[in-house]
Amino acid sequence: MSAIAEDIELTAFVYAEARLIDEKRFEEWYELFADEGRYWMPLTHGQQNGRTENSLFFEDKLLLKVRIARLRNPHAYSQANPSWCQHVLQVPSIEDRGADTGVAVTRTAFMYLESQQDHQEVYAGVVWHHLKRAGRHLSILLKKVELLNCEAALPSLQLFP
Amino acid sequence: MIQYRNNPSAIRSLVRDGDVHRDVYLSPELFDLEMERLWRHAWVYVGHDSQIPLPGDYYTTEIARQPLMMIRAPDGGVRVLYNRCAHKGAKIVSANSGNCPGVLRCPYHGWTYRLDGTLRTVPLKGGYAGTGFAESPAARGLTPVGAVAVHRGFVFARLSPSGGGFSDYFGDSLSSIDNMADRSPVGRLEVVGGTLRYMHNCNWKMFVENLNDTMHPMVAHESSAGTARDLWKNQPPDAPKPMVIEQFLPFVSNYDFFDKMGVKIYENGHSYTGVNFSIHSKYSSMPEYEAQMDAAYGAERARAILGEIRHNTVYYPSLTVKGAIQTIRVARPIAADRTLIESSTLRLVGAPDSLLERSVMYNRIINSPTSVVGHDDLHCYRAIQEGLAAEGNEWVSLHRNFSSPDEAGGIAGSYNGTSEISVRGQFRAWLAAMAQDDGAAR
Repeated sequence: MSAIAEDIELTAFVYAEARLIDEKRFEEWYELFADEGRYWMPLTHGQQNGRTENSLFFEDKLLLKVRIARLRNPHAYSQANPSWCQHVLQVPSIEDRGADTGVAVTRTAFMYLESQQDHQEVYAGVVWHHLKRAGRHLSILLKKVELLNCEAALPSLQLFP
Repeated sequence: MIQYRNNPSAIRSLVRDGDVHRDVYLSPELFDLEMERLWRHAWVYVGHDSQIPLPGDYYTTEIARQPLMMIRAPDGGVRVLYNRCAHKGAKIVSANSGNCPGVLRCPYHGWTYRLDGTLRTVPLKGGYAGTGFAESPAARGLTPVGAVAVHRGFVFARLSPSGGGFSDYFGDSLSSIDNMADRSPVGRLEVVGGTLRYMHNCNWKMFVENLNDTMHPMVAHESSAGTARDLWKNQPPDAPKPMVIEQFLPFVSNYDFFDKMGVKIYENGHSYTGVNFSIHSKYSSMPEYEAQMDAAYGAERARAILGEIRHNTVYYPSLTVKGAIQTIRVARPIAADRTLIESSTLRLVGAPDSLLERSVMYNRIINSPTSVVGHDDLHCYRAIQEGLAAEGNEWVSLHRNFSSPDEAGGIAGSYNGTSEISVRGQFRAWLAAMAQDDGAAR
């Protein structure tokens, strides 16, 4: 595959990933993650470690599965009025096509809006995708969301930036 | 409207044996009085001394709307000072934390202070000769809080210069902090990583009361912990549980479990659940760590420390502690319907990182603004904040297991775990602080 074709494919993946969340197709979103995949949102700027330092998200697939199943549970009271979200993405920059490592890396600036009833929160930041390539198949090894206001006092953040 | 400030009997009428009036959660005037009368006179958690290891290290926070800094003095002691320049009132330090080597310097006119807060230099000092400056409050430097106490690294302040002593205020409830620190093979704790800061649009008391409310987890957390249980239910009983399953499952234990867990009540609003066991009791063992503890304390003492597996301890009104999992949650009231909850993770110094990983996971899945457990708790607090406006019933029931003759005197002691006695105990302390005239000598 040419470099241009690869870049188009990676970019399309990043857009499609966000769209699945915005359309609440969480089960399909879950399938994008590799078995060892992680969804990480650090709590502090420059945070190096998610295991031994507090994070906002540091989810493996099991924890993601619990979250998604809960959102489908009628007793998820905080979703009595459902939350909705919208990602607005800048064009991803291809940081590494992964020719040597088999892991491509993209960097995408974003805005993320989450609304519930009469309230709407606006978040912004940069999301890094580490994508494992097996033939034509891409899967998420790491989705790292660096929130601009990660250290701020936040209200309930209920979906997935 | 001023309804309560000069009316102690009106305040007394808010708290009855088995219920409280909704105004305690809704009234901005009562919130102001809480800050002045309860929080200003209570021993309130400031921070942990591991956050300021070196001389000049500081950490800033607010208690009862007062800007404060906790700072390490050259003598190694911890000072808590009002963060207000003696000149025009600017906050001396604005960062959440940092280091001022040797001297504190105001960013506006450059007045400098020693690390104990005393005034060191003022530019063009000659201009103050004969002005009355030397006798003014400005010459006294940065004002210290009324009193400071440090227990196992936990720094508490009493803003008011007068009031009860630290040991009398907390009594034997300090055993929960002791147990958490003792869980380190060297007896020391260290705050690590960032602070989870979760803004709650509810009254602070709803959060504090909930810590020892054992009748809500199986209901409010059915969607989160119950989902984890359902995802795991087809596994064989002896299958090793992933940490996250191990942490979620006990939240949906039955009423009998939480009742038998027990609750211990102290005077002044303090309490802990988990007298006999707790939701942390069934965590898988960590042999390397247990061997370290045996070596440090001897087998018998080590078993006693690790066998004390408490649920939540409330150090009324500000601090809640989970010793068995080394996390703390701090309530910072902002308004009658607004409270910042700050959660920190503590490392057991000398213990393997696997324990820290367990604490970090627990703190994140339970206390983060992204927590599916926290979302449902906060949803319920907010539902109370809005629901209490309803006409027809102005009272909030705390009757569960109330026993009139037994509670007439002191209530310190052990009780069944689903009793609402911990909340009744908090309101006793609340009333003792609140039902005062401003004219009284305070």
